[in-house]
Amino acid sequence: MPKILIPTPLRQFAEKKDAVEVSGATVGEALAALTAAHPDMKKNLFNDEGKLRSFVNVYVNDEDIRFLEKDKTAVTAGDTISIVPSIAGGK
Amino acid sequence: MAMSLSNEEIGRYSRHLIMPEVGMEGQLKLKNAKVLLIGTGGLGAPVAMYLAAAGVGKLGLVDFDTVDVSNLQRQVIHGTKDIGKKKVDSAEETMKDINPFIEVVKYEVPLTSANALEILKDYDIVADGTDNFPTRFLVNDACVLLGIPNVYASIFRFEGQATVFCKDDGPCYRCLYPEPPPPGLVPSCAEGGVLGILPGVVGLIQATEVIKLILGEGQPLQGRLMLYDALAMKFRELKIRRNPECQGKCTVVKELIDYQQFCGVPHQEAPLPAPVSSTDIAPQEVKQLIDSGADFVLVDVREPHEYQICKIDRARLMPLGDLPKRLDELDKNADIVMHCKMGGRSAKACDLLRASGFTKVRNMTGGILAWAEKVDPTVPKY
Repeated sequence: MPKILIPTPLRQFAEKKDAVEVSGATVGEALAALTAAHPDMKKNLFNDEGKLRSFVNVYVNDEDIRFLEKDKTAVTAGDTISIVPSIAGGK
Repeated sequence: MAMSLSNEEIGRYSRHLIMPEVGMEGQLKLKNAKVLLIGTGGLGAPVAMYLAAAGVGKLGLVDFDTVDVSNLQRQVIHGTKDIGKKKVDSAEETMKDINPFIEVVKYEVPLTSANALEILKDYDIVADGTDNFPTRFLVNDACVLLGIPNVYASIFRFEGQATVFCKDDGPCYRCLYPEPPPPGLVPSCAEGGVLGILPGVVGLIQATEVIKLILGEGQPLQGRLMLYDALAMKFRELKIRRNPECQGKCTVVKELIDYQQFCGVPHQEAPLPAPVSSTDIAPQEVKQLIDSGADFVLVDVREPHEYQICKIDRARLMPLGDLPKRLDELDKNADIVMHCKMGGRSAKACDLLRASGFTKVRNMTGGILAWAEKVDPTVPKY
C-alpha cells in the first residue's frame, strides 16, 4: 500500500496523523481513499469541481504529479505520496 | 568595486581566507555583493546576522514593522531593549555591531508593486523571508522581471520549505505554486504559531544558499524544494520543474499586478472597515450581558492549549474543529455568543451554527484579544 505523508497544516483533518497508508493503484485512488477515511480533508485538497487546489502540490516520491500522469500516476507499495501545500510564514 | 581587503578585514575573515573555496577571491566577491532581505523577522534575523558576519558588503533591509515582545522568541537580531523600535533600525544596530565593515541600507516601507522594481534593481540576490502570500508573489514577479535570483524560504509551526527561484533557467515561485490559497485557508505564523528555533534552521539554509550563489561554489538549491520537519528531524527534497510553457522565457509574469487583489485580501494601505452587522457583538456588550445576569451561552471556539493561556470565566470551550460533532450540546433557540482569539474562527463557527438551524448566534468582535484590551486588562494577550 502506498503511504501518504500529511503536512502539518492538514494534520488536523486526519486525526493529527503525519502519515497514512491507503489502498489505490493511482494517486487519484489513493487520495480518494484518504478523503473517504478523513472527509474533512476533502475541501482542503480539492475545489468544488473536484480538482486538486492550485496551492497544493502532490508528489510521488520526489516527482511532481503534474509532470507525471497527474491523478492517473500509478503508485505501488513502497511509493510515498507527499502532499505539499504552500506556506508563506517568515516572521 | 573593492579590489582588496584592509588588514583588519583580513584578520576578521581569516577562517574564510584559508579555505580554497572562499579565499581572497571569494571574500572579495562577498564584499562586493549586494543582497536584499525582504523582512527582518524570523527568517530575516539569522540571514541578516550571518550574512553581515560573513562580510556581504551591502545588505538591504525591507521592513516597516516595529519590534514587539512576541517577536523575541525567535527574531534573535532584536533584543528586549529594542521593543518598540523600528525593526530595520534594531537590525542595523546588531549587524553593524557584528561587522562594522558592511553597509546596511534600510527601506522602511511596505514592498508594493509601485516600489518593488526600483528597490530590487540595485541588488544581485534577494532573500525572501516575508510572511504573506501577496508579498511572496510580488517578490517573485519582480525577481522574474529583473532576472535576480530569489532565495526563498517559508515556515509554519515546525516545518520549513526552502529553494532558489529565478536563477538562470530555473523555475520560479509560480512554477511551484501557480496561485495563492484563498484567504484564511492557510494560517500565518501569528495564527498558527511557529517553533522559535525553526526560522533559525531554515533561515540559515537561505543564508547558505545566498553565500553559495555569491561564491559560485557548490550545487545551488535550484529546481529542488527542501522540506524540513523539525519534530521528525528530517530533511526531504522534491523536484521543482519549470513550467513547460516557459522554456527560455517566463510566459506568466508580464508586469507587476495588484497582489492584494490577486490573493483576495483587502489592501493593507487602506484596510476596509470591519463589517458591522447585527450579528456582531462588542466585548463591552458581552461584559454587560454577563453583569446583568442575562441568560446566554458564551462559547470559546479556540483550541484547548489556547484556553490554558487565558480564558473568559463564563466561556465554554468547544474547539471549532469539534463543533460539528458537538452541536447537540447546544440549544438551537438559546442566545449564543461565540468568541476565539481575534474573531475569525468564531465568525466561521457562527456561520456553521446558523447553517445548522441556530437562530440567535452572535460573534464577539476582536476575540479575546479585544476583551483583554477593552474589558479586562488582567487577561494576557498572546
